[in-house]
Amino acid sequence: MARKLMEGSEAIAAGMIAAGCRFFSGYPMTPFTEVLEYMGKMLPGVGGTCMNAESELEAIGMAWGAAAGGVRSATGSVGQGLSLMQESMSELVYARLPVVVLNMARSQGDYFQSTRGGGHGDYRHIVLAPADVPEASRLIQLAFHLADKWRNPVTFLGDYYLAHMQETVDVAPIDFGELPDKSWALDGRSSATGHAKIISPVKPNRRNNPVFVTYGEHLMGLPAHLDAMKAGIEPMAETGFCDDAELVVVAYGTPARYVRLVVRKLREEGLKVGFVRPITLWPFPREAIQAASRQAKALAVFELNTGQMVDDVALSVRHLPVHFIGGMSFDRSAFGIAPDMTVNNVAARVRDCYAQMEKEVA
Amino acid sequence: MNAPVPPPASTPRVPTDKAPTRPAKLLDDFTPSLILPGEHELCPGCGEPAAMRAAVEMLDELGLAGRSIAVFGIGCYLAFSASMDIEVLQALHGRAPSLATGLKRVHPNSIVFTVQGDGDMVNEGLQEVLHTAARGENVTCMLLNNGVFGETGGQMTSTSVLGQRTKTTLEGRDSTKHGYPILISNLIAQLEGAAYVARGATNSVGNVWQTRKMLKRAFELQSKGAGFTFVEVLTMCPTGWFIDTAEAPDYLTDQLAATHKLGVVKDLFASAAEAAPVEG
Repeated sequence: MARKLMEGSEAIAAGMIAAGCRFFSGYPMTPFTEVLEYMGKMLPGVGGTCMNAESELEAIGMAWGAAAGGVRSATGSVGQGLSLMQESMSELVYARLPVVVLNMARSQGDYFQSTRGGGHGDYRHIVLAPADVPEASRLIQLAFHLADKWRNPVTFLGDYYLAHMQETVDVAPIDFGELPDKSWALDGRSSATGHAKIISPVKPNRRNNPVFVTYGEHLMGLPAHLDAMKAGIEPMAETGFCDDAELVVVAYGTPARYVRLVVRKLREEGLKVGFVRPITLWPFPREAIQAASRQAKALAVFELNTGQMVDDVALSVRHLPVHFIGGMSFDRSAFGIAPDMTVNNVAARVRDCYAQMEKEVA
Repeated sequence: MNAPVPPPASTPRVPTDKAPTRPAKLLDDFTPSLILPGEHELCPGCGEPAAMRAAVEMLDELGLAGRSIAVFGIGCYLAFSASMDIEVLQALHGRAPSLATGLKRVHPNSIVFTVQGDGDMVNEGLQEVLHTAARGENVTCMLLNNGVFGETGGQMTSTSVLGQRTKTTLEGRDSTKHGYPILISNLIAQLEGAAYVARGATNSVGNVWQTRKMLKRAFELQSKGAGFTFVEVLTMCPTGWFIDTAEAPDYLTDQLAATHKLGVVKDLFASAAEAAPVEG
């Protein structure tokens, strides 16, 4: 594929097709709607299926069924719609099924929902948060790879700006390396062989299995899976100007692009500021934040919510103060346009935080 | 010691001068080929095993077993997910029709059927089954309807009949307090996407036989791409009905089946049974 000017939603859809996603189901809700529309347009041409599901519950159920069939499948919504899907979001982990879940979030209020989860029990999704269209088209492909590798759902956390921004992008399939085969997948052909396969979040076994796993034993197998996944996934982050930074600003997603620009401008003013942009929100890039904070006297977190990522940053650098400089910001549509997110405004908040830090240190 | 006294010649005696013509029967000989032998966790008198057995035997008879997948809801019948030699995808409560949809779409040559109870399908998952039927999804949904939440100990479901005593309708289901039962087969039959809808029961040999024919018809139609097929099976639940096991078959006839009437509710291709349907 050649370089092309594409809307984020289209690039995400093209990335999914390039990754081999052949089943997509969704229920319209802005700004997720556009991804659904692009998939509806593009999937039939490659022999795939796109379902305009009757509700979010059915959307994730359909993706669950397709994933159990061994086909790369995805669904999504915005945070509100994902609230409806939470029961399945956690049980998909227990069933060990690789479904990619898009959250084309309205603003950034879904950090907790994505990284902690709103469902029951002990479970984790791998969470990827791109900041621009080319990165989105790559990370969505990585999402399918990680989902298959770990047999675990992956949440892809976008936002309103990402969905609608147009940038030049070259969407080509990316080879992330070997994957285990999907011999666990269902297609009916193991039926009537004496060893029919079963995929279940509760009791995934047959009476004639050598070892019969109870529901309790199945749940007790989960910690080892989660630990292995957390240890096996390399957290990703972008950092800048951190070698001698005294104030490190942490931001993810589209707002991180504002922070990146602001930090560059403030460097020209002589302020020793740097930035870290977490790309994997789970596992959280703690070590990258620690490495970026070697010379730091304080950290600041800018995000468009009431400070949901602050906990993760504070847990990464326990000896340093962590200031929250973001905040909720919605225009009258509440779809995710943030009037507070301007370069001047973000710069002013970083500058204030820097001044306060200097005062506290002195 | 005295020699044993032979019995009088008039005493009846089985001849033992010839070898037996058949070997001794083992457990496997009495077990349907697609059900793994062993104990199950269901109560005495439960009507669900007969329905499950009918389903897998009909798949076997049609030669479809080797490409069949069952999508299970949550209820007592879940016990069967471990004991059938049919691939199983376990769904959440009420959600089996969506999972069946996704699975069937990616493996259109497989035979996909759901196994759900009345609590699972008609309470929790009503919209799932209705939309799947309306879509004409080429899957079979099988409802095991006993009019009660069996697994949790006998509470009212959306199919409990008027007057039925449950733990949440102690004086009997009263329409002024608890509303009316949903006749799900009749509801689904109104949807254009539904090709075949039937209601059987497992409370007598005759009804089991009818149920087998219904399931066979449904699976056969699915294998031909006819669209959505639906078989409701009324099953006994003496535990959840709070009656003696032996009374349950008659209770089913007198109470459940008086409201949820047995029979084929809809068969789009009945008149052209030989030529029906569409693709091979």
